[in-house]
Amino acid sequence: MRVRELVIIGGGPAGLSAAVEAKKLGVEDVLIIDRESEPGGILKQCIHTGFGLHVFKEELTGPEYAERFIAEAQERGIEIMLDTMVIELTDDRRILAVNSRDGLVELKARAVILAMGCRERTRGAINIPGFRPSGIFTAGTAQYFINIEGYMPGKEVVILGSGDVGLIMARHLTLEGAKVKCVAEIMPYSNGLTRNIVQCLQDFNIPLLLNHTVVNIHGKKRVEGVTIAEVDLNRKPRMETARYVSCDTLLLSVGLIPENELSRMAKVQIDEVTGGPVVDQSMQTTIEGIFACGNVLHVHDVVDLVTIEARVAARGAADFLKQKKKRIRPATVPVIPGEGLRYVLPQRIDLDGALEETQNFFMRSVKPMDRGRLLIQSDRGVVMSKILKFIRPSEMISIKVKREILQQSNCLKISLCEGSENGD
Amino acid sequence: MTDVVIIGGGVVGCMIARELSRFDLSVVLLEKEEDVASGTSKANSAVIHAGYDAKPGTLKAQLNIRGNALFDKICDELDVPFKRIGSLVVAVKEDDVKELEKLLEQGKANGVSPLKIISKEELFELEPNINSKACAALYAPTAGIINPFELTVALAENAAQNGVTIRFNSPVVDVKACDDGMMMVKTPHETFHSPFVINAAGLFADEISQMAGAEAYTITPRKGEYLIFDKRCSDMINMVIFPTPTKFSKGILVCPTIDGNFFIGPNSNDIEDKHDTGVTSEGIDEIIRGARRLVPGLPLENVITSFAGLRAVSNTNDFIIEASRKVKGFINVGGIQSPGLSSAPAIAEMVIEILQEEGLTLKEKNNFNSRRNRIYPFRELNDEERKKLIRHNPAYGHVICRCETVTEGEIVDAIRRPVGARSLDGIKRRTRAGLGRCQGGFCSPRVIKILSRELGISPLKVTKCGQGSEILKGRTKDFIDSDGDFNES
Amino acid sequence: MVIREQKVTCIVCPAGCEIVARVKKNRIIEINGNRCKKGAEYAKSEVVEPKRVLTTTVRLEDGRPLPVKTAGAIPRELMFKAIKELKEVRVKVPVKMGEVVCPNVAGSNVDVVSTRSWGK
Repeated sequence: MRVRELVIIGGGPAGLSAAVEAKKLGVEDVLIIDRESEPGGILKQCIHTGFGLHVFKEELTGPEYAERFIAEAQERGIEIMLDTMVIELTDDRRILAVNSRDGLVELKARAVILAMGCRERTRGAINIPGFRPSGIFTAGTAQYFINIEGYMPGKEVVILGSGDVGLIMARHLTLEGAKVKCVAEIMPYSNGLTRNIVQCLQDFNIPLLLNHTVVNIHGKKRVEGVTIAEVDLNRKPRMETARYVSCDTLLLSVGLIPENELSRMAKVQIDEVTGGPVVDQSMQTTIEGIFACGNVLHVHDVVDLVTIEARVAARGAADFLKQKKKRIRPATVPVIPGEGLRYVLPQRIDLDGALEETQNFFMRSVKPMDRGRLLIQSDRGVVMSKILKFIRPSEMISIKVKREILQQSNCLKISLCEGSENGD
Repeated sequence: MTDVVIIGGGVVGCMIARELSRFDLSVVLLEKEEDVASGTSKANSAVIHAGYDAKPGTLKAQLNIRGNALFDKICDELDVPFKRIGSLVVAVKEDDVKELEKLLEQGKANGVSPLKIISKEELFELEPNINSKACAALYAPTAGIINPFELTVALAENAAQNGVTIRFNSPVVDVKACDDGMMMVKTPHETFHSPFVINAAGLFADEISQMAGAEAYTITPRKGEYLIFDKRCSDMINMVIFPTPTKFSKGILVCPTIDGNFFIGPNSNDIEDKHDTGVTSEGIDEIIRGARRLVPGLPLENVITSFAGLRAVSNTNDFIIEASRKVKGFINVGGIQSPGLSSAPAIAEMVIEILQEEGLTLKEKNNFNSRRNRIYPFRELNDEERKKLIRHNPAYGHVICRCETVTEGEIVDAIRRPVGARSLDGIKRRTRAGLGRCQGGFCSPRVIKILSRELGISPLKVTKCGQGSEILKGRTKDFIDSDGDFNES
Repeated sequence: MVIREQKVTCIVCPAGCEIVARVKKNRIIEINGNRCKKGAEYAKSEVVEPKRVLTTTVRLEDGRPLPVKTAGAIPRELMFKAIKELKEVRVKVPVKMGEVVCPNVAGSNVDVVSTRSWGK
C-alpha cells in the first residue's frame, strides 16, 4: 500500500484551493483525487459571473475561477488523479479508490482533506405527490445537461425553489430558448440575492410566487403540468388555492446536502444541522488527521469563502503533518448556536492547537432580520456583542473573535437576537 | 408456427415463459410496455409470504405455500438474491392477539411450518425498535424478501436464452378464436396464430378475456403506496413486520428490501383508473400513520423516494387460473393480487398442467439451460474479485452511480444481455444505478451517454421508460429561431 | 407631457431599496426611495440604459459547449440578439481562456470571449 502525505478527496474549488495552499506551506506530496475527467468540480458548469470578488478582486465566471487554481496546481506539480472514485475511507486514513486505468487504488494518507462537495435534495425526499414521469430534474443536473453536454432538459419549465441556483437556472433556460413559466417559493421570501431576482426574473418577466409550492405532478411518461398551491403559515398547502400550470419540465432547487458518506465511513462525527463534520478552528474533524472544507462541511453561497476555508484546512493539515509527537486528547471549547442561529462553525476550539490572533466563525441565521444583535457568551457572561444589518439565512455571516476570548472560555454560545431600529 | 402466446411480461408471464422454455415449443411473450415488469411486478412489497394469510381452500393459499417452497431452487438457478428473513405479525394491543391465534390456525391448516406465536420479550429481542406497546407476534421464519424486478428480468433472460421470443411495445389489440381452432392474437405490429393463449395481462386481464370472448370477470385496481428509506437506516428493523391484518389487506408494513433499504407501506385503496400510479399526499400520511404504530421512531428525514403499485383484484377475490370453457385454448391467469409474487412458481406449474390437460404436447428439450448469471455487482465483490474484473474489462473501474457504486461495465452488460435495458428505468432496475439517495442526479447524464453509445441513438432519443418519456428536449439554443422572435410559446 | 414612473430594485448593497424614477421624455426628473448616492446612480443607469454581462455557451466544432461571456456589460435589450448570433458560432480547438470567439456581438462594441481554455 502506497503511503502519501496529503490526499485531498475532491478536485473542485475546495480541493484545489486546499492543495495549492498546502503546497505553498511546504507539503511536498499532495494528491487530489477527483471522479470526473476534468478538475474544477461544480464550477465547470457555473458559467455565470459572481465568483472571485474577494479572492481575486475581479468578477469571474465559475470556469475562470477554476482555471486559475487548476493552472496554479499544475505549475506547482500537484498530482490530480482523475476519473477516480474513492469508495472507502477508514478512520486510520486508508483510502480505497477505483478507476479504469489502475483498477483498485489503495493508499494510506498521512493526512486527508475531505472536499467532496454536496448533492441536491430530490423530489423523492420532499414527497411531492403525483406521477414519476421524465422531465423532473434537480437544478444542478439540468445545468450539467445544458453547460457540459449541450442539451436542453425541457422547453416549458416550472421551477420550485428561489435560491440562487433556481434563479440562475431561470435566466439560463430563458436565454437558451426555453419558457420559464414561474418560480415557486415555499417561504414568504426568496433566499436568493436581490441581484439575481432582478437579473434572472425581473429582466425576463418571470413571476416569482412566494408562499407557493408544487402539490402534484401530472403526466405519466413526461411531465405535462404541475399543480401549485399557496401555503399557510405552517408551510402546509391550502388546496383551495391549487391551480394547474402546464409545462413539460419541473426543475427543483430545494436544497443542497453535504455528501458525507465517506466521512461517516471513517467514523467522523457529523453535525446533523450542517450535514457536515464537526470541526475545530483548523478544520480538523473528530478523527485525527482528517480535515474538511467547502460544501462537504457546510453549504456555501460564495466560492470565495470556500477558498478561504480551504486554506485554513490546508494550514491545519500542514501543521498536522509537521508534528513529530502524538498529542493526547486535546482540550476543546465547544461552540454552540443559540437563539436565532441555525449553526455555527467551527463547533469546537482546540486550545492545544494553533490559534490565530483572531478566529473566524461562520454562521447562518434562522430567518431574515433587518437588524440584529449578535451576542457571544462564554461561561463568564457576554464576551462580545455586535450589531448586524440586513441579515439573510442565505448569506453566511462571518465574525472575527479575538484569541484571548477563546483562551479564557470553557464554552461559547453565539446567538442572534432580532433588534428594532431604535434599540433592542 | 407458434405453439403458445403469452400475453403479459410481468413476473407471472415471465415465469410461465421460462417454464415453457424447457420444452420443445415455439413460445412468444407479448408485453405492451418497453420492458418486462412494467406493471404491478415492479411496484409491490417484494415479500415471499409464508402463507398463513390466505383463506384455506383458496387458490391463493394453495399456490402461496407451493410457490414459497420453490423459491430457493429458482433463485439459485437464476442467480437472483433471495433471503428468508422471516416475518412477524405484531399485536399492538391485547385484542389483536386473538387475530394472531386465528392466523396461526389458518397457517397450520394451509401447511405453513414452522409457525408460532412469540412473546413480548422474544419480540423485542428480535426487533428492538418495535412499538413498546407490542405484546406478542406471529413469527413465520419461511417468509422472505426478493427484488421482484430482478426476478422477472432473470426469468425473461433465461426464457429468451432458451428460445422464447419476447416482443415489447406490443399491446394486444385483438384476440379471438378462428374457425380452424386456432387463436389469432394481434398487436399493432404483428399477428400470431397459436392453439394456446395465456392471459397473464395483470390489470388488463379482464379486458383481454372479454376481447377473446372468454369468461367475464372484472379487475379492480387497488392502489398501494410506499415510502423508501435511505440504506443508512437499514438497521431499524430486521424482518418483515406486519400489523394485525384487516379484511381488506395485510396492512401497512415496515419491511427491509433485499438491497439494504427498508420501506413502509402499502395502504389499500380501490381506484377507478388502471393507469393511476400517482402517489397522493393523503396516501403518504396514511402509510406514515400506519407504520408508526409498528415502529414509532421512523427516520422520516431519510426518505429517498415514494412510489405506488396497483393490485389486480378480481371480483372473486381469488386467483382465476383456468382453461376457458368458452374459447378453446384460452387460459386465464387473472386476478393475481397478493400473494401473486410468492405464488408465481406454483402458478406456472399449474398453468403447465392445464396446458397439458388441454392437449399441449410437452417434450422436454435436451439443451435447456436452467442457469442464468446475474450482472457482476461491483459493490458486492471483494477487492481481489474487483481487481480481476477491472483487469479483464476496464469499464468495471469506471464508477457511474456513486450512491450505489455501479460501474460502467455493469451498465453495458445490462444493455447487451438478452432482454437488455433500453431505457433509464431499464438500467435502474437491472443495475441499481439511479436508485440511491441522489435518485440519479449524478449518474443520469452519464447513463444517458452510455445508452446513446450502446444503442447507437442520439441522446435526444434516450427515454426514461419508452417512447414519450424522452429525457432531453433538444440541443441548446434549438428553440431559438434565428430569424424570428425568441420562444414566445 | 407624459411622465412615467419606473421602479428599480437596487442591487448595490443588501438593503435592496425599491427606487422609483420619474421619467419625462427619456430624461430622469426625479429619484425617490434610495438611501444613498450609489443607489441613485444605479437607478439612473438602470432606467436610461440597463446593461448586463451575458454568459452563455457556444459550440465547439465537435458540438460540445464552450462557456463564454461578453467582455463587458452590453445593453440589456441586445441580449437576445446576441444569443441568436452566438447560436451560429463554431469554435475551433484549441482555444485559450479570454480568447475572442465573437467580436462586437450584436453591434454592441463588446466582444464575446471564452471563459476557459480547451485543448492543448
